[in-house]
Amino acid sequence: MNNPANLSYTKSHEWLEELDNDTVRIGLTDFAQESLGDIVFVNLPQVGDEVVAGESLGDVESVKAVSDIYSPVTGVVRAVNEELMDAPELINQNPYEAWLVEVEHVTERVETLSAEAYELFCQGEE
Amino acid sequence: MELKTPLYPRHLSAGGKMVTFAGYLLPVQYTSIIAEHQAVRTAAGLFDVSHMGEFLIEGPSAQEALDRILTNTVAGLADGRIRYSPMCYPSGGTVDDLLVYRLSSQRFLLVVNAACREKDFQHMREYLVDGATLTDVSDHYAQLALQGPASVEILSKLTERQNIPSRYYSFTEKALVAGKNCLISRTGYTGEDGFELYCAPEDACHLWDAIMEAGQDFGLLPCGLGARDTLRLEAGMPLYGHELSSSISPLECGLHFAVKLDKEQDFPGKAALLQPQKRVRVGLKVTGRGIARENCEVYLNGEKVGFTTSGTHAPYLGYPIAMAYLKNGDYPIGTVVEVDVRGRRVEAEITPLPFYRKAQ
Repeated sequence: MNNPANLSYTKSHEWLEELDNDTVRIGLTDFAQESLGDIVFVNLPQVGDEVVAGESLGDVESVKAVSDIYSPVTGVVRAVNEELMDAPELINQNPYEAWLVEVEHVTERVETLSAEAYELFCQGEE
Repeated sequence: MELKTPLYPRHLSAGGKMVTFAGYLLPVQYTSIIAEHQAVRTAAGLFDVSHMGEFLIEGPSAQEALDRILTNTVAGLADGRIRYSPMCYPSGGTVDDLLVYRLSSQRFLLVVNAACREKDFQHMREYLVDGATLTDVSDHYAQLALQGPASVEILSKLTERQNIPSRYYSFTEKALVAGKNCLISRTGYTGEDGFELYCAPEDACHLWDAIMEAGQDFGLLPCGLGARDTLRLEAGMPLYGHELSSSISPLECGLHFAVKLDKEQDFPGKAALLQPQKRVRVGLKVTGRGIARENCEVYLNGEKVGFTTSGTHAPYLGYPIAMAYLKNGDYPIGTVVEVDVRGRRVEAEITPLPFYRKAQ
């Protein structure tokens, strides 16, 4: 697996990139996209929406099934990757480029793992 | 404990993502449902459908027995021809839908859904007339489905031309394919031209390998249950447990062509099927943002009028589709309804079935 070392990871298979102060970028991991299969639809919040750590911020649909995306942080949505609206398959093609949302004013966070620890965790999930 | 089909080792070596379906470990996909789906629409795909059940019904009254059990007519079917038929409970609800192969005037092969195999056998035995014997021969058969426009060319590399049934819903009982004995049936569950090959379980891996090799230059891909479901859905074909069930009649499903209420024999469900039906099956094209799947409520002008039974993103069409049952009424093509997709109302419109029809 190729999980970038500069990101942190949740046990529900989201990745987190630290941007400037109290702002993070969120995406789905390679393990998540691989398990979901062909992604055909993403339902994301809007700019200005509040998201809560550990709660659903949207969902992602593959041909097979729908899955919730859990927010790793509590904060306010600053940006949404609009490109995914028309091209959700970008998540399959490059999960670490195809970010979902950026959240600012982050207050709370769920427990996250390093790339190394996350890889071990995924081995247990397979 | 899950059962394995004879092709289980091939699924593992081809990287199949295994799931349990009707008690069998089968691949949901190998690489991508979309890629496998497109291969069947534009080239060819190979499926393991060995989980399907097979019964033999034999004897001087075999045909009469079938006409007293099934909704369709078996009398008049010629040797080497196949007929689709639902089978009903006295309530008019559906026990299963199946294929009847006429091997001879006193010998018929039935192909039933894997999940229905045991209850079908019990049901048929209950209504069986004297002079006919019923045997479950499922374990004597493996089944491979070769589907897609390139199927004929691929199969031609492995068997003599005269073995290839020329008409849809016909079969060759005894043919050598890649040196193995097969029944070749021109049938399928994808909306494409194609074949279903029945062989001995011990020959299944050899056949699989030979077909995969013969299909290499044609873009043949091994396909899993995921693509099987999206393909049949695009083709508007019912799936037992979704569009058909013990509480849904074949007439509600729109299968009038396979329900012969005017045949002389009585059969379970006939009286109920003569009564007005409560619901109608419709196709929905989702025009709003979202994907309707099964068991979503459907609303017309704010009033709940039905529920979906299957739905997905249709890979070939490129938009989400669903099938639904709506209470009796007139639903012209283009009628706008709303589907409750996990608490969100998503717009959809009534669209003709099948969603996809192959070019003639």
